[in-house]
Amino acid sequence: MATASPREVPTDQANDKRLKILEATMKRHQYRADALIEVLHKAQELYGHLTEDRLLAIAHSLHLPPSRVYGVATFYHFFSLTPQGEHSCTVCLGTACYVKGAMELLAALEAESGLRAGSTSADRKLSLLTARCLGACGIAPAVIVDGNVTGHADPEVMRARVRALLDEE
Amino acid sequence: MAARTLTINGTLISARSNETVLEAAREAGISIPTLCHLDGLSEVGACRLCLVEIAGSPKLQPACHTTVTEGMEVQTDTPRLKAHRRAIVELLFAERNHICAVCVASGHCELQQLAVEVGMSHVRYEYLSPDCSVDISHARFGIDHNRCVLCTRCVRACDEVEGVHTWDIAGRGTNARLITDLNVPWGEATSCTSCGKCLLACPTGAIFSRGSTVAELERDASRIATIVAARNERW
Repeated sequence: MATASPREVPTDQANDKRLKILEATMKRHQYRADALIEVLHKAQELYGHLTEDRLLAIAHSLHLPPSRVYGVATFYHFFSLTPQGEHSCTVCLGTACYVKGAMELLAALEAESGLRAGSTSADRKLSLLTARCLGACGIAPAVIVDGNVTGHADPEVMRARVRALLDEE
Repeated sequence: MAARTLTINGTLISARSNETVLEAAREAGISIPTLCHLDGLSEVGACRLCLVEIAGSPKLQPACHTTVTEGMEVQTDTPRLKAHRRAIVELLFAERNHICAVCVASGHCELQQLAVEVGMSHVRYEYLSPDCSVDISHARFGIDHNRCVLCTRCVRACDEVEGVHTWDIAGRGTNARLITDLNVPWGEATSCTSCGKCLLACPTGAIFSRGSTVAELERDASRIATIVAARNERW
C-alpha cells in the first residue's frame, strides 16, 4: 500500500512549495496510517493551521477515514483548524507557573487584549494561547511571545507588550 | 486451550485461559454492569462500569479488559464498587441532557436501566447542561448529541463490522462530540452506507430512527370530524 492515491489539488496551490514538502513527508513515512500525527505536525508547521481540504487530502493519501483524521486533529492542542494571528502570546499554565501566578497573568492579558485564551483577535493580529508546562519551570511564570520566551513575567510588562502587538501597524 | 480456575465472589469457577473476567463471570451467571462493552465489538474499557476488585491489587481493574489468571480472586459487588458505579452513572447523567420523558429510547435504554440497577435515585453532581445539537440531516436516522454517552459503540460497529468508519470522536473532555466524516452533517457524509449498525449499537436514544421521536408523533384529531361528516353524507 505504498502508492499514493491521486489527489485533487486546488489549482492555486498546485505549484505550492509547501505542498511538495508535505507530499515528501508523507512519502518518507511510506504513506503509513500510523504516521498521521507526524504528517499533521508538518502540515501545521507549514501552513500555520489545518483546513478541511488539507485534512481530507491527508486522509486520502494515508488511506484513513476522514473522521479519524479530524478526530486526531481536534484532540491535540498543537493542531489548529482556524488561522492563527500574526503574533502569538502563549502563557504557560504548568504547575510551577500556576503557583507563581500564571492565572492572574493570563487574566490580565485577557483583559488587555479582550480575547479569551485560545482565540485570535478579529483582525488576526494576535493569538492568545496557553500551554501546559514549557519545561522552563525555573523561570516561572513563563510566557512565549512570537517564539521568544520571557521568564519571571510581570503582568504589567506583559500587558504593555500585548498592547504594543495589538496596536502595531 | 488451557483452563484457569478462579473465584468470583467466592464461587470457584473455571474459564479458558484467553477469556476475560467479564466473559468468565457471565458464563458463571454472575452479572457485571457494562455500557461501552458490546458483544462482537472490540473492548475500549472506557465506561469503567465493569470495574472489579482483584485480590492482591490495590487498583480496580476493568473486567472487560482483564484476562483471567490461575487462582485469581475477583469481587464484583463490594460496597466500594457499588459506590463507584453509582457515581459513574450519575456523572454520565450530569454530563449531557438526559431527559427520559421525551426520549425515544425510554424503557429500552441501557443508561436508564443502569441507573435503575445501581439504585440512582438522584444525581449528586451539578448538571453541565451543555449546548448540544440534534442532527436530522440523514434521510433515515438522526443523532441527538444530548443523549450521547461517548461509549464509541457506534464508532466501533461502523469501523469493525461495516468496515466504513464514518463515525469518530472530535475534540476532548467536555467538548468531545461524535462526528461523521470531516465533521459534516450526517446526511452529507459520503462514506455512510446507511446500514443502520450504529443505530443497533447505540445504548441510549442518541442515534434514532427518523419518525420515532415524540415530536414526530403527529396526530390529526380533525380526521374524526372528517370521517363523521363523510358518513353523514353517505347515510
